[in-house]
Amino acid sequence: MKRIILPLFLLASPVAAVQPGEILDNPVLEARARALSKNLRCLVCRNENIDSSDAQVAADLRMLVRERLMAGDTDQQVLDHIVARYGEFVLLRPTWSRGNAILWLTGPLALGAGLFLVTSLVCSSRRRTGGQPLSRDEATRLAELTRDD
Amino acid sequence: MPPYAPEHVCHFDLLNRKYARILQGMLNEIGHFAVILAFAVAIAQAFVPLVGAQRNWAGWMAFGAAAASVQFFLVALGFGILINAFVVSDFSLSLVAANSHSAKPMLYKVTGVWGNHEGSMLLWIMILTLYGALVAWFGQGLPARLKARVLAVQSMIAVAFLAFLIFTSNPFTRQVPPPLEGRDLNPLLQDPGLAFHPPFLYLGYVGLSMSFSFAVAALIEGRVDAAWARWVRPWALLAWVTLTIGITLGSWWAYYELGWGGWWFWDPVENASFMPWLIAAALLHSAIVVEKRDTLKSWTILLALLGFSFSLIGTFIVRSGVITSVHAFANDPERGRFILWILCIVTGGALTLYALRAHRLQSGPAFGFVSRESGLVINNLLLIVATVVVFVGTLWPLAAEIVTGRKVSVGPPFFNAAFTPFMVALIVVLPFGAMLPWKRGKARVTVRNLRGVAALSVALGIFVWSVQTGGRMLAPVGLMLAAWLVMGAFWDLLLRARIGDVPPSAAWRRLQKLPRSDWGKAVAHAGLGLVVFGIASITAWETEDIRVARIGDRFSAGGYEFELRTVNDVKGPNYVAEIATIGAYRNDKEIAILRPERRFYPVQRMPTTEAAIDMGLTRDLYVVIGGDRSDGVWTMRTYIKPFANWIWIGAIVMSLGGVLSLTDRRYRVGAGAPRAGVRPAE
Repeated sequence: MKRIILPLFLLASPVAAVQPGEILDNPVLEARARALSKNLRCLVCRNENIDSSDAQVAADLRMLVRERLMAGDTDQQVLDHIVARYGEFVLLRPTWSRGNAILWLTGPLALGAGLFLVTSLVCSSRRRTGGQPLSRDEATRLAELTRDD
Repeated sequence: MPPYAPEHVCHFDLLNRKYARILQGMLNEIGHFAVILAFAVAIAQAFVPLVGAQRNWAGWMAFGAAAASVQFFLVALGFGILINAFVVSDFSLSLVAANSHSAKPMLYKVTGVWGNHEGSMLLWIMILTLYGALVAWFGQGLPARLKARVLAVQSMIAVAFLAFLIFTSNPFTRQVPPPLEGRDLNPLLQDPGLAFHPPFLYLGYVGLSMSFSFAVAALIEGRVDAAWARWVRPWALLAWVTLTIGITLGSWWAYYELGWGGWWFWDPVENASFMPWLIAAALLHSAIVVEKRDTLKSWTILLALLGFSFSLIGTFIVRSGVITSVHAFANDPERGRFILWILCIVTGGALTLYALRAHRLQSGPAFGFVSRESGLVINNLLLIVATVVVFVGTLWPLAAEIVTGRKVSVGPPFFNAAFTPFMVALIVVLPFGAMLPWKRGKARVTVRNLRGVAALSVALGIFVWSVQTGGRMLAPVGLMLAAWLVMGAFWDLLLRARIGDVPPSAAWRRLQKLPRSDWGKAVAHAGLGLVVFGIASITAWETEDIRVARIGDRFSAGGYEFELRTVNDVKGPNYVAEIATIGAYRNDKEIAILRPERRFYPVQRMPTTEAAIDMGLTRDLYVVIGGDRSDGVWTMRTYIKPFANWIWIGAIVMSLGGVLSLTDRRYRVGAGAPRAGVRPAE
């Protein structure tokens, strides 16, 4: 049985994610390598980082990251080196650049616009109804209604 | 010669098989025909009730309900026949030949029906027509005109998608001559997860079509009242509940199937289901305001339109192939264009109608800055902003390439950084908003009510921080927020029961008498807290161990010991596998046997890994075996994932909260008009 299976496995066997042999002896460097790997895209995969990817390209990139770290590069230098070779596409976290400004500012801008809209709506609806305080009857009724609600 | 000689049997058998084949072929054509007939019925249903409602012709309006039932039965018939073709492995249908195999286990023959583009589209449409039929069956209490218009709108969507199915993605296309064997289903999909994940997902995001149809009908009528909200809210809630379950199942499936225990990837296809979920959450909250306070109407209508629009965007993302994703449906630009047209017409049409008619909806009574209404507005605002972030992040690579020609990636690190702050803000304000009174409240009172809960949560955060001796703030902050949500939710219930003001027995009685929707609210909010707890724990405290091991090796990882005992070859129905046996120990006591597998599916020539997981409430032991070497050395990946299951338990608790709320007497699907004498302000 074993003999039948093995060739089949070898035929299609991918290189699995981070291999035991790839791991650096220095745990600090290794931790940095792992963190960097999670921000780098496996170029031939559909949407995976190189840390969890099985592809050969990803294994090569993992090695490259570790080589650069061993050579004493900072995290940023490693990323710059890889972007220079493979392009911006490799970064899973887009850079803070003019081209990506809209992307990064979407949240804050949308929140600002939303807050402005909401406050102006609430204000205008209050103006429309005069924003008068509740009468005594209304207040009692409100208290009665909200007690259980 | 005896009467039952082998030759006779053989002869009859051949004859029978021939007839069976002919019958099977006829059956397929009946299914095909049923779907085409459903298309014709849908066209009629899209116009007749609409005209009836305009002219006030009762008969024409009544046509809608009958047609909706017929449409559903026809599509269901087609779907049933397609399932049958997969079950009997009828390879004369090219869909079956491309996605099935006679040796595949029966469960996967059936679930394989929606493990591909055409079949899943038919399921999608069946669910769409089911919702239409539900309006017809349970909508006796609805005003006849509103019902007729809702059914017409629902049917317009069905027309678009049935046309899409029939003209670009026909599941009944025949193949002559039929191949002897099929090409099998993608092994990653041969999992029980496929049985439940897509149907729930579709029940959810197709379910949003219901709120959409009600919103369009309301715009045509120019009227939204509490009765309208009373109808829309349960349907939005139901869609949200099923979508929650669907997404949870998908996340859990990815967790155990993909081999390293990731549970959310911010993949475009995940985002495609997550965006409608966020909008549905916003919608079901703002529908409360319409129902109870008769205000925020045009905003709620807009959300209802957006919810289903995001479902359509999701459908486009999944099936057009313009955005690369790990979920590979056979993609085709022609289909993408078709869906884009549907999206433009449906969303564009609805928004145009909204722009023309929204001003007719009378705005309701005003409310103060500090009030439940405002709290729900903030909830909506944050959910919408979060949705916008996900939306822009998902489409950014496409947009950047079209506009500037640059190829960029937007991955998990972006979403974690850009999405999370809004969720944190939402969690921080949630217990406040949930406790504020309607119309006008006093911030001071609510803050005072929540002082104790806030203090306890912060204390827990500090405790966690000191136990883990500093380090990342993720776990302390995450656990603090989780505690804040869970305790805040139940403290709200206790305050309602007037604990402290009345004797405990009276408070207990009051607690039991609280409406189900209040319980539902507390349970759902607490469920969100549990999800936060699970996410924070697994992200902050996971331990990982990667090593090579020989048979008999014993090693420790994260406070546990593991022993690789044996690795055996096993033959499955349509795959071959190597199964390892690994003993897990804690304090020298065996606590579990783990059996991770590596499989190879010869038909698809694809290897897969099957992780072995020992599940627990406090941790999962997660073991993967790989890197098969000829010299008897194996690569082992071992993870200890603390409190991982609380992510899914929390999500299920959230949906249970939704179900509790659905069973509230007031919102029961099909409940009649409001009781006499009850004012909308109840």
